[in-house]
Amino acid sequence: MKFSEQWLREWVSPELTSEQLAEQLSMAGLEVDGIEPVAAKFNNVFVGEVVECGPHPDADKLQVTKVSVGGDELLDIVCGAPNCRQGLKVVVATVGATLPGDFKIKKAKLRGQPSHGMLCSSKELGLDDDHGGIIELPADAPVGKDYRDWLGLDDVTLDVDLTPNRADCLGIKGIAREVGVLNNLDVEHLSVTPVAATIEDAVKIELQAPAACPRYLGRVIKGLDLSQPTPLWMQERLRRSGVRSIDAVVDVTNYVLLELGHPMHAFDLNAIEGDIEVRMAQPGETLTLLDGQEVSLQDDVLVIADSQKALAMAGIFGGQQSGVTAQTQDILLESAFFAPQAIMGRARRFGLHTDASHRYERGVDPELQRTAMERATQLLLEICGGQAGPVRESVAKNHLPQAASVALRRERLARLLGVKVADSQVTEILNRLGFSVQQTSAGWHVEVPTYRFDIAIEEDLIEEVARVYGYNNIPSVAPRAELRMSRRQESDLSLRTVKQSLQSLGYQEAITYSFVDPKHQAALFPEQAALTLPHPISVEMSSMRLSLWPGLLSAVGYNQKRQRTSVRLFETGLRFVPDSQAENGVRQEAMLAGVIVGNVQGEHWSDGEQAVDFYDLKGHVENILGLTGHAQQFRFVAHQHSALHPGQSAAVYQGEKFVGTLGAVHPQFSKTFGLKGRVFVFELALSALLQRSLPQATKVSRYPSIRRDLAVLVDETTPAGEILVVIEKFGENRLIDLNLFDVYQGQNTPAGKKSLALSMILQDIERTLEENEVNEFVDGVVELLKSEFDAVLRDG
Amino acid sequence: MQLDEILAQAKTAVSGANSPAELDEVRVNYMGKKGLLTEQLKQLGKLSPEERPKAGQLINQAKQELQQVLNARNDELKQAEMNAKLAAEQIDVTLPGRRSERGGMHPVTRTIQRIEDYFGQLGFSVKEGPEVEDDFHNFDALNIPAQHPARADHDTFYFTPSTMLRTQTSGVQIRTMEVEQPPIRIISPGRVYRNDYDQTHTPMFHQVEGLMVDTDVSFAELKGILHDFLHHYFEEDLEIRFRPSYFPFTEPSAEVDVRRKGGDWLEVLGCGMVHPNVLKAVGIDSEKYTGFAFGMGVERLTMLRYGVNDLRAFFENDLRFLEQFK
Repeated sequence: MKFSEQWLREWVSPELTSEQLAEQLSMAGLEVDGIEPVAAKFNNVFVGEVVECGPHPDADKLQVTKVSVGGDELLDIVCGAPNCRQGLKVVVATVGATLPGDFKIKKAKLRGQPSHGMLCSSKELGLDDDHGGIIELPADAPVGKDYRDWLGLDDVTLDVDLTPNRADCLGIKGIAREVGVLNNLDVEHLSVTPVAATIEDAVKIELQAPAACPRYLGRVIKGLDLSQPTPLWMQERLRRSGVRSIDAVVDVTNYVLLELGHPMHAFDLNAIEGDIEVRMAQPGETLTLLDGQEVSLQDDVLVIADSQKALAMAGIFGGQQSGVTAQTQDILLESAFFAPQAIMGRARRFGLHTDASHRYERGVDPELQRTAMERATQLLLEICGGQAGPVRESVAKNHLPQAASVALRRERLARLLGVKVADSQVTEILNRLGFSVQQTSAGWHVEVPTYRFDIAIEEDLIEEVARVYGYNNIPSVAPRAELRMSRRQESDLSLRTVKQSLQSLGYQEAITYSFVDPKHQAALFPEQAALTLPHPISVEMSSMRLSLWPGLLSAVGYNQKRQRTSVRLFETGLRFVPDSQAENGVRQEAMLAGVIVGNVQGEHWSDGEQAVDFYDLKGHVENILGLTGHAQQFRFVAHQHSALHPGQSAAVYQGEKFVGTLGAVHPQFSKTFGLKGRVFVFELALSALLQRSLPQATKVSRYPSIRRDLAVLVDETTPAGEILVVIEKFGENRLIDLNLFDVYQGQNTPAGKKSLALSMILQDIERTLEENEVNEFVDGVVELLKSEFDAVLRDG
Repeated sequence: MQLDEILAQAKTAVSGANSPAELDEVRVNYMGKKGLLTEQLKQLGKLSPEERPKAGQLINQAKQELQQVLNARNDELKQAEMNAKLAAEQIDVTLPGRRSERGGMHPVTRTIQRIEDYFGQLGFSVKEGPEVEDDFHNFDALNIPAQHPARADHDTFYFTPSTMLRTQTSGVQIRTMEVEQPPIRIISPGRVYRNDYDQTHTPMFHQVEGLMVDTDVSFAELKGILHDFLHHYFEEDLEIRFRPSYFPFTEPSAEVDVRRKGGDWLEVLGCGMVHPNVLKAVGIDSEKYTGFAFGMGVERLTMLRYGVNDLRAFFENDLRFLEQFK
């Protein structure tokens, strides 16, 4: 809601500067978003009259004028505006004037003709962007008057961002009431005298949907002269509220809307066939709106109709066919109360948002319709002449909102606010708000006026008391509650620990959007359907991620484009897997994902560079899995994945449960994401990580350990991991460490075979192992590998 | 040769030895099987039994003395050898070390962790909720009925008329109160979504929601806790004000502004007393219990704390930006 401070001050004028007033409103919950001067700075600009006007001898587009600004001498002014003409009242910047942009007016010659001043357009004065021609003032404008003073341009527009509950302040009247309350001042109320009917004409009104429209007033006005311009004072007030002047009828209804906060509508009387019916639309009923858009209505949309057809979408937008035009002389003026529930959401459904719908869906005072009607009639007749008929009012009393009556308990007020406000102060605040208050033993009984339709329950009153009392006058106290520890268990592995470990491994945490490019996603996961946003920011941000990889890979591409070759990123967050069995049709699973590319170590003077490979990534994953204290529960299995290199990807299982994937990104996607170098990714279900095993101490052996190395030849396709598992199982309690320290394939190995070198460390808890026991163990391992993997012991 | 002559000669040889090998040679020459001192011992038999002990004692003394000299020289030589070796091993300690590059936490995470730490110490536990949410948890239960103008303000990403990306973390309040009875003290950090993208809006951002419900929770306590939090968070002198506002799920509601020295008022969070309709929607008796709730924008707090000017930087994941938050 934008309004002129001057206008407000006609209603109530506290002794505050504009800034103080704005601050006061903000601190009362009516947040002032901006204070803007209504005109830019200028001086020495006067009301003038073009006394003579003739063509410039040497320039087609210029006119030579003599202009009076009230003094004895006429000013010679050359003007280029096409609307400059003799007798016109104009706005004159005289020699010595300074216009916005520090533009100084000096004596000049234009194509040989003297010019001692300038006739101004609105744009040149910084009033608006209209540069169609010079300002045309009304004939009665006082020549010689300082233009700034005459129009009261030393004024500001206050822009109040009202919360949805304060629709009562969507008009000067409401704001004034609030300012009155805050400053304990009386408010000058507009006195509206009813306009007596001078003609009998009237249209019958039928409320067919009384719940949606319990009150409708209509009045016929005939013989309007719409060629009459809207008076300058009204145009100015509209302008200062950000509303363009159109014609007298539109301007008056807009003016009343701004003044009282009440929307109105005018129909061309001659477009109405029969009676007015306020009814729900028939399904599929069509209506062409004022902007030319044809809409098809549903049966929950309220319309104003005549006996034949819908005329307007009630409380939202008028229809084209019944709209007022320049030729209109006779109108039906509407002032109605529509229930917010009947208007809410309808405008939005049709892509509309009007000043009327904005107010009606938040609420208007159900007792204000007659005042608005009389006010608008009075203004219209003043401007356009004409004859008013009687006001016809249809009311469905039982559907009209009733003035609320709410009890406020002293104990509840103190308990909720945490401060005891004196009874007398509470009573005073409620009275100032215009509420009718009765003190009771428990507190107060409050009758709320109809314009405060937002007040319905005790908490509403508590908020009102707190607001006027001042939130900043309520003390700040430390909460008093029982001490309670947050329930954290030792077996919870905090995500923070996981993140810190990754950080130590050189990973930077990223946060990427949860919606990704569907093309990227479909490329990586061609077999998986994703959830799609029907109305995304852009197509590239429309597919809910099935994995954190698309976002991370894009981030790698982004950084590599900026000369970063080595990148390590991780992210945690949800992935969204469509699943009809899940709540809301989607499984939302917390994942941890990472990506690496580039070198193992930063470039260093002492050694060469080495690019990361699968085993770097796997080491990181093992490192993270190790945080659980049960790394042995996880195993890596060769695995095919659409996004990954077919020979360099693995699935991670915890027991039999699939918990993640890792591998080299398939080279075909390098271009998709702008990747350079070999890129490796992993993704793990966070659920597999966030529980850790508690340590269970076992006895440490006091006896020496013995190391034995073993080199075996196996088929090159034999997974080494399986060999390790088999040996570990065989080792039982005695094998305390097993390490695969060399893998070799080359000249000294037979074709199709690879050599694996293993170290085993043996130790017994009770005694020193005898040489023959160790040999027996090693023989056992060799035997086992032979039978299970066809392994051959390698000589020497 | 006389014994003392041999000893003197041997000592000279010892000090003349310049390597462990030379020194060993000296040792063999005098104390080896055929060494001069050993030879002396062998001569003892030729002496009379009366002379023997005395002479033997002298020889042994000489041997011991020589051994001491040998040992001392040996230590000297080892020391010299060690010194030479160490001298050869000198390096340039100013050359760069072999660093392992350390990553870092995203600034948004950093802020969330600080918020979690503060409220964790006050007994608030962390709850998380789904991001694809239904209209009951995102709107209805929060006292935002269908068609309410506040819904339109949310620029919601809908999937269907009843499912959407959550526009606020407040739904976690509802999910918590559905399964827990007061006393409740939770915070809920997470991603939220609004269909808006420009200089000052990203379609995804982070909020931390807080909720405390107990028998006598008051607005004064809400003020107390948030005052303390903001001072703790900014670690600087700042002014704080509570400005009346409106949220459908709290009443009274407030927006909280902070002003740093010489600055303007900046809105940092919204809060209020839990609306009785919200408690009703989850079956908590609003006569018995009262509560407060607050919600803060994590990016905004992060920007103010660390001087970040462009909101969009948080989601570009430019390492040059992220690495500033190690």
